[in-house]
Amino acid sequence: MAARKTTKKPNVSADELKAYYHDMLLIRRFEEKAGQLYGMGLIGGFCHLYIGQEAVVVGLEATAKEGDSRITTYRDHGHMLACGMDPNGVMAELTGREDGYSKGKGGSMHMFSKDKRFYGGHGIVGANVPLGAGLAFADKYKGNDNVTFTYFGDGAANQGQVYETFNMAALWQLPCIFVIENNQYAMGTSQQRSTSSAEIWERGKAFGIPGEAVDGMDVLAVKAAGETAVAHARSGKGPYILEIKTYRYRGHSMSDPAKYRTREEVQKMRDERDPIEAVRTLLLQGEHATEEDLKAIDKKIKDVVNESAEFAKNSPEPALDELWTDIYATEIPQEA
Amino acid sequence: MATEILMPALSPTMEEGTLAKWLVKEGDTVKSGDIMAEIETDKATMEFEAVDEGVIGKILIEEGTEGVKVNTAIAILVEEGEEVGDVEASKPAEPAEAPAKEEAKGDSAASGKDHPAPAAPSVDTTPDWPEGTKLKQQTVREALRDAMAEEMRRDENVFLMGEEVAEYQGAYKISQGLLDEFGSKRVIDTPITEHGFAGIGVGASWGGLRPIVEFMTWNFAMQAVDQIINSAAKTLYMSGGQMGSPMVFRGPNGAAARVGAQHSQDYAAWYMQIPGLRVAMPYSASDYKGLMKTAIRDPNPVIFLENEILYGRSFDVPDVEDYTVPFGKARIWREGSDVTIVSFGIGMTYALEAAEKLAEEGISAEVIDLRTLRPMDTASIIKSVQKTNRCVTVEEGWPQGSVGNYISSVLMQEAFDYLDAPVINCTGKDVPMPYAANLEKHALVTTAEVIEAVKTVTYK
Repeated sequence: MAARKTTKKPNVSADELKAYYHDMLLIRRFEEKAGQLYGMGLIGGFCHLYIGQEAVVVGLEATAKEGDSRITTYRDHGHMLACGMDPNGVMAELTGREDGYSKGKGGSMHMFSKDKRFYGGHGIVGANVPLGAGLAFADKYKGNDNVTFTYFGDGAANQGQVYETFNMAALWQLPCIFVIENNQYAMGTSQQRSTSSAEIWERGKAFGIPGEAVDGMDVLAVKAAGETAVAHARSGKGPYILEIKTYRYRGHSMSDPAKYRTREEVQKMRDERDPIEAVRTLLLQGEHATEEDLKAIDKKIKDVVNESAEFAKNSPEPALDELWTDIYATEIPQEA
Repeated sequence: MATEILMPALSPTMEEGTLAKWLVKEGDTVKSGDIMAEIETDKATMEFEAVDEGVIGKILIEEGTEGVKVNTAIAILVEEGEEVGDVEASKPAEPAEAPAKEEAKGDSAASGKDHPAPAAPSVDTTPDWPEGTKLKQQTVREALRDAMAEEMRRDENVFLMGEEVAEYQGAYKISQGLLDEFGSKRVIDTPITEHGFAGIGVGASWGGLRPIVEFMTWNFAMQAVDQIINSAAKTLYMSGGQMGSPMVFRGPNGAAARVGAQHSQDYAAWYMQIPGLRVAMPYSASDYKGLMKTAIRDPNPVIFLENEILYGRSFDVPDVEDYTVPFGKARIWREGSDVTIVSFGIGMTYALEAAEKLAEEGISAEVIDLRTLRPMDTASIIKSVQKTNRCVTVEEGWPQGSVGNYISSVLMQEAFDYLDAPVINCTGKDVPMPYAANLEKHALVTTAEVIEAVKTVTYK
């Protein structure tokens, strides 16, 4: 079977389109600010930016309902903002402060919000895939119609536990949407050099899991494919795979010199396929928004992001007592 | 308003770098994402992108300059139409400091010591069941099954998953009858895929369920160790207390009989090291039952190390409705005055046998069963050693980094003045488990070695 790329586009209102523009731009500006704070030494360790991939998570969150769960890898800031987590709390976690989502104990790669059903933020490549299926298992066990979005990259798609999970998810018909964010590079190794199949989603066919490839630079295409996947999983038909072809503009992490690809390749993507520019053009050409409207959105986002940076700088470091808390739970955690 | 562009840190360890090349010049307009310069660190050359939009008003550090400290102003960005004027470049900023915070209260938390003071360790000596309790003889196998069944009746979110646990009734028949009573929704046969189903179990615990994950043996759990440690044990901490993993990982641990090196490892010392896990390794049927019920109710991930040879042994078990045993409370099986023998799990068979034979020779041994290794009831060991002044530890695991090594170190630090002889750790031999019957017997710890160790520390 040839790869099919979703071309169908949902009917969206001008307000929805503006919301996608806002959410994608918020992620981009937030990540640029995170990169800047990293450069200033305010964020330490590893920091993996989502710039270029914004349409993936924004398109899919547009298909989620209250009660659905999401889980991802360490390139997680975009997912947190898209599911409604507070930029202040996320940025304060990046700077390792007490007002961060994990009180400064998790950092960029390990952040959670039980309230928003965001289950991390995982630093071990591939490990979040069975965990996501486990969340879906719990929903099926309880008999509700929630689904879990389990995001991972083209690199993680070569981990054995991903296929152990595909097998059990298909066997047990778990309501899990496996989202392969294929940004074409597993750290510095291109897909051609690491992956035997050109179409990763087709691996699901060996387990009887349906799926499709999606243009990840087009938020409307992502949303359309997401609706198909969600309808499938929510109706009890089991898992679904979306291989979303996307592109990261920045290095794998902040300390990546990115010598495995040319500057022209990156520039071409930015100039011709940028997901935010595409929506901006749609809004302006369709006369759904004026330049002034968009400038107002830009301004609002700039303020939110600057405020998050100030908040994250001014929040205190965690008290030393925090070293010794949260190692053991004393009571059964409450369900979100 | 003019803003300074600072020399960025481009790796977790970078302190200074070379400004290799400017890709913009004074007067150029930049917008967010434009590459402005190339910066060389000791590892690589990196591109440096603009974050804010504006006009490059002045370049402060010429290209080719080496040793530029992180956070030094390297250029000034102005708004369209604005002059640079006399903006003076600031000195390199000190590494960003967070606002000061009150120091931790007291030293006790920060020192990490959770052992009681040696002088008067507080020890819970209440018996596991009151005198006169009706008892029944039960095998370890039956006690485990009863514990799981009782907890599954009590809480519908408790379920059992693993290889052959349902239709086959358990590879070692621990789950016999559970499928019939609870059905296939709650007693789930998995494919042979430890890494995957351990991860699904952890995810299910985050989703509000209370999984019991059976490994056919703990040897196979090495395939799943990443999920046990990185996902189950660490998430409560990494999430700042928002979500933990209330679940049990269980199965037979250590040597069985003649199954060779890959099926005979004791993991007690491995899992005992991990903060976030609880580790139980019971010996008697009553402890298997009481600790398993406690494990299923505990809000933390519990490692439950069973033993195939013990599965068929019978012990007294209280015939009461809801029998539980708390974690972190050792049991004194035999009181004595000359030496303290500390063990757990199947090691107790050697400890008790040795104590019996030593008694015939007039040496009085106190035998302590730790029952759980994390938390570990070190207070009971210290209290006993304060009386006997001598200690021998017994386990089947390997000698280097053993459970006994840890107990020795606790005694040295907290009961040094009470010791009249060095502590001896009786362990399995430092070899992979051989298959041949005679070699296997020799590779494990033996009762004779325990007796010899006791005689050494008592100078008999």
